[in-house]
Amino acid sequence: MAQLNTGDTAFLLISAALVMFMTPGLALFYGGMARRKNVLGTLMQSFFMLGLVTVLWVLFGYSLAFGPDKWHLIGDLSMVGLRGVGQLPNKDYAATVPQLAFMAYQGMFAIITPALITGAFAERMKFKAFVLFTIAWVTLVYAPMAHWVWGVGGWIRELGALDFAGGTVVHISSAAAALAAAIAVGKRAGWPKENFSPHNLPMTALGAGILWFGWFGFNAGSALSSGGLAASAFVATHISAAAGMIGWGIADAIKHGKPTTLGAVSGCVAGLVAVTPAAGFVGPMAAIVIGLAAGFACFWAVSVKFKLGYDDSLDVVGVHGVGGALGALATGIFASKAINPAGADGLLAGNASLLGIQALSVVATIAFSFIATFAILKVVDLAVGLRVSEDTEQVGLDLSEHDEAAYEL
Amino acid sequence: MKKIEAIIKPFKLEEVKDAVTAVGVKGITASEIQGFGRQSGHTEIYRGAEYTVDFVPKVKLEIVVEDSMVDSVVEAIAGSAKTGKIGDGKIFVSDVGDVIRIRTGERGADAI
Repeated sequence: MAQLNTGDTAFLLISAALVMFMTPGLALFYGGMARRKNVLGTLMQSFFMLGLVTVLWVLFGYSLAFGPDKWHLIGDLSMVGLRGVGQLPNKDYAATVPQLAFMAYQGMFAIITPALITGAFAERMKFKAFVLFTIAWVTLVYAPMAHWVWGVGGWIRELGALDFAGGTVVHISSAAAALAAAIAVGKRAGWPKENFSPHNLPMTALGAGILWFGWFGFNAGSALSSGGLAASAFVATHISAAAGMIGWGIADAIKHGKPTTLGAVSGCVAGLVAVTPAAGFVGPMAAIVIGLAAGFACFWAVSVKFKLGYDDSLDVVGVHGVGGALGALATGIFASKAINPAGADGLLAGNASLLGIQALSVVATIAFSFIATFAILKVVDLAVGLRVSEDTEQVGLDLSEHDEAAYEL
Repeated sequence: MKKIEAIIKPFKLEEVKDAVTAVGVKGITASEIQGFGRQSGHTEIYRGAEYTVDFVPKVKLEIVVEDSMVDSVVEAIAGSAKTGKIGDGKIFVSDVGDVIRIRTGERGADAI
């Protein structure tokens, strides 16, 4: 039995709390971008995950993701209800901390991932449909994908793909699901002709700040130990966020003549997304390149939906999909065993094959998540209907789904 | 009795209030409004999506005065609200049939 380490345990528990805080941060980030009649409906679709997914995770999600491997595809059901998950470590994962801490930490990832998707169908989905979709998605998409990439025996992990903190499992999978959802749920009434400007950008900026803060737990915590690697991932994360903000700001200034607030806060999130798979494998200069590239690429990517005609309302595809894919590929370029001996060398260190493996993991993630999400949404649509009625959509989700108004003036 | 409605630039509110009280106005109703005239709106950009906002924020003042005061009040408003740039606003003058002070029941000019 591995030895418990108090430093590692303290660090992982704090990291779990930091990642937990990202979900309310995301709720504010998204809520501010919604129109004022939909701010509570949008907040709820993120915040409610803390309730819903936590319970799913305890009941069976953790077991499906991290239980003993079945066919390289899924965990078994031996840890249903957290049976056997206690104060001792699991020798396969985070061998120096109580398995309960590892379970809680991973649970926070399972909470925020489906919350990210909700940006794509904001302002028009029935709450009931949203709940059914989330239950199915966490069970059928998230838990298997977490197992593929992080589970001992998972097929993507066995390929040798590198994903330090969840670029594929969290960001690419949620973005592929977001694209499927934007198509399956359909455009908002009046999109893109009417005015869909954000109703409260200070709320969005605060949310982005909370996301940045929480991301230290997300990325540095993924070292699963307190030490040099965690510090390296922490620093790479911070640098990439900074460079992402600068990149988007420059792109804004070139295209429109002025940097926008929404652009600045979107840029830091793009940088954070892109560095997520790379954080524990790359050095500071690579982090600057990754962040800047993400700022530029995501700035461009958020305009694509207007050309292709899908209403990804809050740009999950443009930021998390493009940023996530860029980060996964950049990991294949910049990864270095000098930073993390347990990782691999990338293209710049003379190993071109890693880039191919990274690309394969990206494609597999997109294909699986897109198809599975689309199928789930079709079933939910048949069962309860995905969208609120057109009249209801005009009134807004705050009143129609929750009998509340955010602002009484 | 006349009602003077003035649409002005919001930042001119204090100046106009001082100018009309100086010529004897005892009460003003002010509202934040939006509208458009010859002054065009502006463009807002959110993640590259451009929205043209036609309606410009203004303040509307409503002042009821006796006929004898109309010219001096209109002059006071026009003088203090003017910047000389497009979008300074407009003043409308109309007849008022009656005025009632709710507290006392006074009517007409006494109630202004």
